[in-house]
Order: sequence, then structure tokens, then C-alpha cells
Amino acid sequence: MFSKKARSRLSIFIVLLFLSIIAIFFIFKSLEKNIVYFFSPTEIYNKSDISFNKIIRIGGLVKKNSIKKDNKFIIFTITDLKNEIIVSYEGIVPNLFSEGKGVVAEGKLKDKKYFVASKILAKHDENYMPPEVKKALENSNN
Amino acid sequence: MLKKILPNKILSLNSNIINILIFFLIIFLVIGLIYSLVISPPDYIQGDSVRIMYVHVPSSIISLGCFSFIGIASIFILIFKIRFISFITKSLAPIGCIFALISIVTGSLWGKPTWGVWWVWDARLTSMLILLIFYIAYIYTWKFINNFEKANKISSIIGIIGLINIPIIKYSVDWWNTLHQPSSLSLTSLPTIHYTMLIPLAIMFLGMLIYSLIIFLTGYKIEVMKFKLSKKKNLE
Repeated sequence: MFSKKARSRLSIFIVLLFLSIIAIFFIFKSLEKNIVYFFSPTEIYNKSDISFNKIIRIGGLVKKNSIKKDNKFIIFTITDLKNEIIVSYEGIVPNLFSEGKGVVAEGKLKDKKYFVASKILAKHDENYMPPEVKKALENSNN
Repeated sequence: MLKKILPNKILSLNSNIINILIFFLIIFLVIGLIYSLVISPPDYIQGDSVRIMYVHVPSSIISLGCFSFIGIASIFILIFKIRFISFITKSLAPIGCIFALISIVTGSLWGKPTWGVWWVWDARLTSMLILLIFYIAYIYTWKFINNFEKANKISSIIGIIGLINIPIIKYSVDWWNTLHQPSSLSLTSLPTIHYTMLIPLAIMFLGMLIYSLIIFLTGYKIEVMKFKLSKKKNLE
């Protein structure tokens, strides 16, 4: 069907494809921690090697009736409906930041339940719950 | 219609087809822009910045589609040495590149009022930037390597390596926690975009697709002409 040369190129290609799939699989496996943009409260709760002085990001939903504002200081709770983390932040929050909506906070953990944020990002969720939260929810339910 | 794409037929492609396409392009863009900028409602939480989506989403789809084609075609180029596919991929690359750039810029403009930042290094945004870099590498390989066979080989390898990135972009929002929201459109479930926003999105997508087709046909024709001319020169 194909010329002899084409056939040999095809077999080389298939071997290379197979090898590169394996290589990529291992690369991603080792990079997984760096690819994740934020952790959910449950992931923080289950984590054994937490570095408290490193800047990390946590994300989830802003718990209803948890926002307390005092001048420029704001305290609220991030939840994945299973575990919660209290976040304190000084500064201006984005317009889309509100109760019951997705949020990502960047900063340092003081302990497993308390987080001091240096930056707040609103996560858009288009009328539906973000799958990360849902996934975290399902994971914590199991 | 498809036979016209063959290199010996493309030169007979008369300007009538291009003119018809331009006619449809204008109609789709005018209706699409009026619909998306005036008629369609603002979003319940984002307000008017949702209108950026009508450019952002089609650009992303077209740039991903172009590179998917380039990557898969590159496999055929390397294995079966079918020359005219190179002309197709070569003329598709600038289109995909510019739409990748548009996607990143519009996304950034949307990110500032929505997330509060222009740019974050999450999986979706980073992989999209990598796609843009692959496009630039692909285009510059053709530009700076004058030997056709050599440029063909190197650019195809770039295309195949870049192909790995495509599913990563597509599924990054499902595989990892990202700031970018998951896709609202999928083949398996109902869209989570209201139909009043879905209609202008579809019209804008068709308009931008026709635009890409016009640029592609023109570019492809020029590539074939260039190759035939250089061949003629070599014979003389």
C-alpha cells in the first residue's frame, strides 16, 4: 500500500510516539504539584507537608454570611463545603468578589485553619459551581 | 469543492469564490457585531464585559483548530512526503497565530475586571501562551530556513511536538485547579450559556471562520505560486 520508505518512517514514528507518550506521562506526574494553581481547603487539611512561610494559593467558595469588613480590613471564610479556612486580607477586593461565589486567595498559611492573603482573585463560575469545588466536594464525600 | 484545494487546481480558483466569501463575511460580521454588542443582554454578574467573550471564544477555537490541523498534517508530511500539505499548513499558521494572540489579549482584558488581574500562570493561560510560542517558532522556521526540504522537516517536527499541547489546553480546566473557568460548551452536555448569548457567539464564530477561510485560500494560492516560480527559476 505504501512505499517501503514510507513504511519504515511510519514504524519509526509509531515507536517514537509510544516513547514520547510514556515520557510525557512521567513529566506530568512529577510536575502535577506545580501545575495546580490553587489548593482547596480539604487538600490543605489532608496535606502532610505544609510549608507555612511559602506563598501558596487556596481557592473555593466564599462562605455565606462570613464576610466581615472593618475599614480596609476584610475577614471571610473559604469553603469547599467540607472544610473551611478563615482568610484575612487588607486591601481592595475585585468587583466580582461576593458571598457564595468562587474565590482564589494568594498568601501564607498561619496554621491549617487561618490564612493571611496578600492578593484576592475572583473566580468566575457562570451560574454553575466550578468543577474544582465539585470535585473536591465529591472527593471529600467519598 | 475539495478537489480545488489540490495545488494544480488552486490557481484556477477564481476571485468569484473569494468575493462571495467576502460578501458573507461582511453580512455575518455586521449582524454578529450588532447582535453581540447591542441586542444581547449583559451578564448577571460580569455585566458588559461578557461581550469580550464573543471575540475571545471563537478566536481560541480557531487557533486551536488550526494547530490541530498543522500537527496532524505534519505527521503525514514527514511520513508520506506529500508536498502540497506543506503549503496548506504553512498558510494556516499565521491565521492560527494571530487568533491565539487575539485570544490571549482579549482574555487579559476580560481578566482584569473579572478576576482582578491581567494575567496568572494557571494551566490554561500558560498552555495557551505555549501554543502562541509554537506558532511563532513554526512560522519563523519557514521564514528563516531557505531550503524547502529542510524547513519542511523542522517545521513538521515543531508541529508534531506542539500537537501534544492541544489536548492539554483543551482539558487543562478539567484536569487541574485553574483560575480560568471550565468550558461552557461541550459535545456531551447542554451549554451553560443562555441562548440569547449563544446565538451571537455562533454568528461571530461563523464570521471569523469565513474570514480565516478567505485568508487561507489567498495565502495558499500564493504559496503554490511561489513554489512553482522557484521551480521554474531552478530549471532555467
